[in-house]
Amino acid sequence: MSAGAEAPAAVASLAEGILRGDPRMLARAMTLVENAAPEAEAILESLYGKKPAAPRVGFTGPPGAGKSTLVAEYARLLRAEGVQVGVIAVDPTSPFTGGAILGDRVRMNEHATDDKVFIRSMATRGSLGGLAARTGELCELLDAWGSEVTLVETVGVGQSELDVAEATDTTVVILTPESGDAIQALKAGLMEIAEVIVLNKADHVGADAMEAALRASLAFRPEGSRPPIVRTVATARQGLDELHQALREHREALAKPEIVGPRRREKVRARIRSAVREGLLDAWLRRQGFEDVLDGVTDDVIAGRTSPYRAARALIERMTRDGKRTNGNGN
Amino acid sequence: MARKIRVLVAKAGLDGHDRGAKVVASAMRDAGFEVIYTGLHQTPEMIAQAAVQEDVDVVALSILSGAHMTLFPRVLDLMRERGLNDVLLTGGGIISKEDMGALQKLGVGTLFGPGATTGAIIDYVRGWVAEHRAGEVGTAK
Ligand SMILES: Nc1nc2c(ncn2[C@@H]2O[C@H](COP(=O)(O)OP(=O)(O)OP(=O)(O)O)[C@@H](O)[C@H]2O)c(=O)[nH]1
Ligand SMILES: [Mg+2]
Repeated sequence: MSAGAEAPAAVASLAEGILRGDPRMLARAMTLVENAAPEAEAILESLYGKKPAAPRVGFTGPPGAGKSTLVAEYARLLRAEGVQVGVIAVDPTSPFTGGAILGDRVRMNEHATDDKVFIRSMATRGSLGGLAARTGELCELLDAWGSEVTLVETVGVGQSELDVAEATDTTVVILTPESGDAIQALKAGLMEIAEVIVLNKADHVGADAMEAALRASLAFRPEGSRPPIVRTVATARQGLDELHQALREHREALAKPEIVGPRRREKVRARIRSAVREGLLDAWLRRQGFEDVLDGVTDDVIAGRTSPYRAARALIERMTRDGKRTNGNGN
Repeated sequence: MARKIRVLVAKAGLDGHDRGAKVVASAMRDAGFEVIYTGLHQTPEMIAQAAVQEDVDVVALSILSGAHMTLFPRVLDLMRERGLNDVLLTGGGIISKEDMGALQKLGVGTLFGPGATTGAIIDYVRGWVAEHRAGEVGTAK
């Protein structure tokens, strides 16, 4: 892709604006990334490595666990230390309408006029992967703007928390005493990505029982790989210092030479891999005239001539056959 | 990926009812928009900053407190100060025809009274975006 060749001047002025800390330029560049606009790649490219990468902390957990409240309170603590903060709040896109209500700012109003806090709401937009890459790219833009710590919130009910975990350095899983039933279901996925566990709403009954249950479920893990459990009452600003400490310790652990090298390498690899995968998939599907083919097959399914599954299988077969031929003829 | 219409839905002023705003927000979601909802008691400064950060196409304000003649112009000023000249400011509330006309002269878009359907608001927003921001990829001009 010859990204940016269309408008190098616009790309340069956006990039410059972002490095100067201009919030509007940053916001516009984020939209380009979200829309996978051709300029996005050139902007990211020209900003890459220009400023130090801020530590990225992901906050995930069940709906209503207090993620936004906690992110806002943690941002307040960071601001009190003079730290410039970036926030990305991810909410699901409706699979039926493609629309989304992004409501996390409601709990972050105390930062609404602080120009050292930049909050961006992002919809997951479809399931064809890409969320991890997009999240990472928004974080890179925030780095260029001057974020010193970037907080990413996402609701942990499916795939998006795994994508966000891939794009961040530390994953905080937020649970509540009420998560008891939900946790059985969530445990596998959520607990695996947790590097710090927050038991929020510790003012509610059942906090002790919940903590005991959490400790029991972690007991099987080898010592040293058990995530710390921090109790918080986000609405009363309790436990924030402890959370800060736990995050600092995790960051220090990450900075150990035997970890930092390989981890950084794996991150860079993952970054390249996802960029290649997306570029390839897009370019290839476009070359195959995928959308047109899709239209035809959709008609067939609606007319009852075939089922979606059979249609998909036939399409994949046909397209991979074509793909081989194209590759064989390629230069 | 296709461009999405992004709308900031905000409740300005001191009144504590956001039912109407929430109804509009969900209708917009159902119409395929990405709606950034910021909650009650938003000051003009908060609204303008959110509009910048979220890079919205449209700001939709719900004002029931009767303070629309001060709030709409103030928000519009702050939006312009921040370079948001290509962003629609619209909204609704209990606003007289004369006030609506006066606000439109200042540069505010069409405003909607309590009887307006969500469909009418959505059609208006869609039409405005198609006319004013179509084909735009979001690059600075
Ligand atoms: N009692 C109590 N309530 C809390 C606490 N933290 C958050 N809440 C309340 O829980 C509700 C949900 O909080 P949010 O911060 O919006 O939760 P969330 O996890 O971001 O929610 P979604 O983004 O919708 O998934 C709000 O009413 C908060 O005031 C807490 O520690 N104790
Ligand atoms: Mg939230």
